[in-house]
Order: sequence, then C-alpha cells, then structure tokens
Amino acid sequence: MFENFDLDTISRSWEVLIFQGLAFTIKVTLLAMVGGIFFGTLLAMMRLSSIKAISWIAGAYVNLLRSIPLVLVIFWFFFLVPYLGAWVISSPTPIKVGAFASALITFIMFEACYYCEIMRAGIQSIPRGQVNAGSALGLNYWQVMGHVVLPQAIRNMIPVLLTQTIVLFQDVSLVYIISLPDFVSLASKIAQRDGRLIEMYLFVAVVYFVICLALSMLVKRLQLRVAFVR
Amino acid sequence: MNYNWNWDIFWELSPDATGTYMETLLFGLRWTLATGVTAWIFALLLGAVVGTVRTTPIKWMVILGDAYVELFRNIPLLVQMFLWFFVVPELLPTDWGTRVKQMPNASFWTAVVALSFFTSSRVAEQVRAGIQSLPGGQLMAGTALGLTLPQTYRYVLLPMACRIILPPLSSEFLNVIKNSSVALAIGLMELTARARSMQEFSFQVFEAFTVATVMYLLVNSVVVVVMRWLERWVSIPGYAGKSTGI
Repeated sequence: MFENFDLDTISRSWEVLIFQGLAFTIKVTLLAMVGGIFFGTLLAMMRLSSIKAISWIAGAYVNLLRSIPLVLVIFWFFFLVPYLGAWVISSPTPIKVGAFASALITFIMFEACYYCEIMRAGIQSIPRGQVNAGSALGLNYWQVMGHVVLPQAIRNMIPVLLTQTIVLFQDVSLVYIISLPDFVSLASKIAQRDGRLIEMYLFVAVVYFVICLALSMLVKRLQLRVAFVR
Repeated sequence: MNYNWNWDIFWELSPDATGTYMETLLFGLRWTLATGVTAWIFALLLGAVVGTVRTTPIKWMVILGDAYVELFRNIPLLVQMFLWFFVVPELLPTDWGTRVKQMPNASFWTAVVALSFFTSSRVAEQVRAGIQSLPGGQLMAGTALGLTLPQTYRYVLLPMACRIILPPLSSEFLNVIKNSSVALAIGLMELTARARSMQEFSFQVFEAFTVATVMYLLVNSVVVVVMRWLERWVSIPGYAGKSTGI
C-alpha cells in the first residue's frame, strides 16, 4: 500500500508548489475577496433600492449566476471577456486577456453574487429607524449608507464574509479546468511528470485541509467575540 | 463585437456522437441529473446519520462526526475528486484496485462517491443545526415519557428537525447538481463538459454556453417548485408560521 510512497518527489517540488502555485491561489483569493465584497455591497444596495428597475437588474444578475455551476461561469468569462473588452474599446478583434486577469474577473463577478446575499442580510439586519434617523439629520443616501448602515452591516457580517472567503479559496482550485498555474494545476503537472499522483494529490489535500481548518477555527472564535459585543 | 451567431448549429450533426449537437447536450444533461440525484440520495443518508450522531450525548461519536464533517468540508471538491479517482484505487489491495479501475463508467461512480461524501458533510451540518434548534424540553419530555434515546429521536426530534431543514436542504440539492460539473475534470461527460466540447468542435462558444445555462436554469426552477410544494405538503399547521396561510 504505502511501500512505494516517495516523499522525495514532494521535497523536490514543494517550493515551486507553495511559492508559485499556492501564492497564485492566495493572490486570486485575496483580490477576489476585496473586489467581490466591493461589488457585492453595491449589488446588495441595488437589490434593496426603491427603484424597481435597479433592484430587478441586480436580482436577475445575482440569481442567474447563483443558479449555474462555477465551472460554467469560468468558461463563460474565459471566452466572453476578450469580446467584452473588444466591445468596450471598440476594437474589431477580440482582445487578449491574460490568464490571471481572466480568473480574477471571473471570481470577482461570481463571488460578488454570494457576498451580495450576505451583505443584503447584513443591511436588512440594521433597524430601519437608523436610516430614518440619518435622513432626519439631513444625511443623503450615500452618507446614511457610508456612515451609519454599512459600517455596522459589515461588522456584523465579518464571520460570514470570511466563511465565504474560505469557500472562495477552495473554489479557486477550479481554474485547473482552464489550466491556470494555481496550486492544484501545478501539483497535477508535477504529479504527471514524475508519475507520482498519490504523493502529490495527498500533499495538496493535506495543505488545503490544514489551511482551511485553521481559518475556519479562527472564524469560529471571531464569531463568538462579535456575537458577545452585540 | 463581430461574432458569427449561428443558432442552427444545434441541429447539425456533432462529430463525437451519433446525433445532433442538441442531442449531445441533452445527453449531457442526463448525466448531470443522474450524477446529482444519485449523489444526493447517498449524501442525504450519510449526512442524516452523521448529523444526528453529532447531537447525541455520546462523546466519542460526536468527536468522530465532527472530524468527518471537517475532513470533507476543508478540502476542495476538485481535489477530493482527484483523490477518489487517482489515489484511492492505488491504496486498495492490488486486485481490488484493478477491478475499480476497470469498472465501466468509472468517472461517473467516482464522481458520485466524491460528491456524496462532500455533500454529506454539508447535510450533516444542516441536520445538526436543525436538531439543535429544537427546544431542549422536547428531549426531556421524550425521556420523561419513558422513551429510550433512539425512540426520542425517531418519534420526537427527527420528524420536527426534518421539516425545519427542508429549505436549506433544497438549496444543497441545487448545489449538488451544480457541483456535478466539477466531475468534468475526471472525464465525466456531463452538461458543462459537453457544452465545452461542442465549443471545441463547432467554435460556436456562446450558443453552446447559452443553451447549457438555460438547461441549468430550467432544472433549478423545477427543483425549486417541487421543493416548495414538498415544504407545504409536510408542514405542520400552526408551526413555522407562514406556509399554512391561515
């Protein structure tokens, strides 16, 4: 069973895997988290808008992306972004989009939908009286949102937002299907080159497990603290 | 944007199979549904058992259940698929491993196994939350009536918890259907994989992906409607408010 287990293949390649593959995964995760929370918050504000058309558009976008698989979304954006880019700068041929940018755009646009639902719940959990009080003080919509509602909504939702980020961190592995050099893709290339599938995939699984478990335990502790203050 | 739209492409013969592109996609949809539904059944059974066990007062079982959930929740689904596909057959005794590798539809069964375990950890989490959301008095009342622990679960706690967790479970069902697309990485020709291969053969990217998207949307709507009907059908009058209408 384990008599042929070859730790040497891991010791030879772990630096490449961690400092290139895992670094790529983490970079995409962090940037997509920042972009996703930003656009997600915008989408949530749109969904809660009193103007019907705006809330309908945001709702349609969120529901559409949430009901198709991420794999299909990755394919969509992979092929669509060059055409959209060409349309924006009115170029006759599809523009070239780097692998990194393509993945980043995909994950920002996809995760924004999930962050949107979290932020929507967060905004709705703020008592309506606070919005009215803000308006009564003469603040406009953006001031009420920026100074009263969003700071509390984000603070209350931090544990959920972070849990979603752990999901995002795992989802980034799916860029394997468009062969971007993330952690899993690199590991599977090395695995096939060296003929060491077992060692490589177990190594990948252990690394993911340790990171995600540590993060989710941190989130759990954070949750207790946030809940305590409220 | 100059892209040549050609919606008639779906009625042309595809090079990989015996039918038109549309038939190929529909065939993919069948694989998607088969994978999703089979995995869902196993995930429900496993998840119900693990989730129930995690609420019992028996300590070592709770620890075991927690470990199970953490194990399958903290590894990406894609990596789990690779583990079941490439690693597990090698770790089995040699003749078993060979038999597993020579199995017909190996990628389908691997996908089902991977999805079942992955989803079961999520189901277990819902089941645990559902049971724990019941008032503690119910367990005590059951005990006071002289019911054993299994009886309390069978007649008091589980029937209530099941109804409470139906809405989150239906979104897990949607997830398992969507997640079955990850199996294209181990060679399962489900809907997304077929849309992708159609794009490679015909170069009609957006038509292929549009139809695949519409198919996913249709499946989603059907599931949502059926689950809503089921929620209404099993709801207890007067409990969990809204659904009864009076």
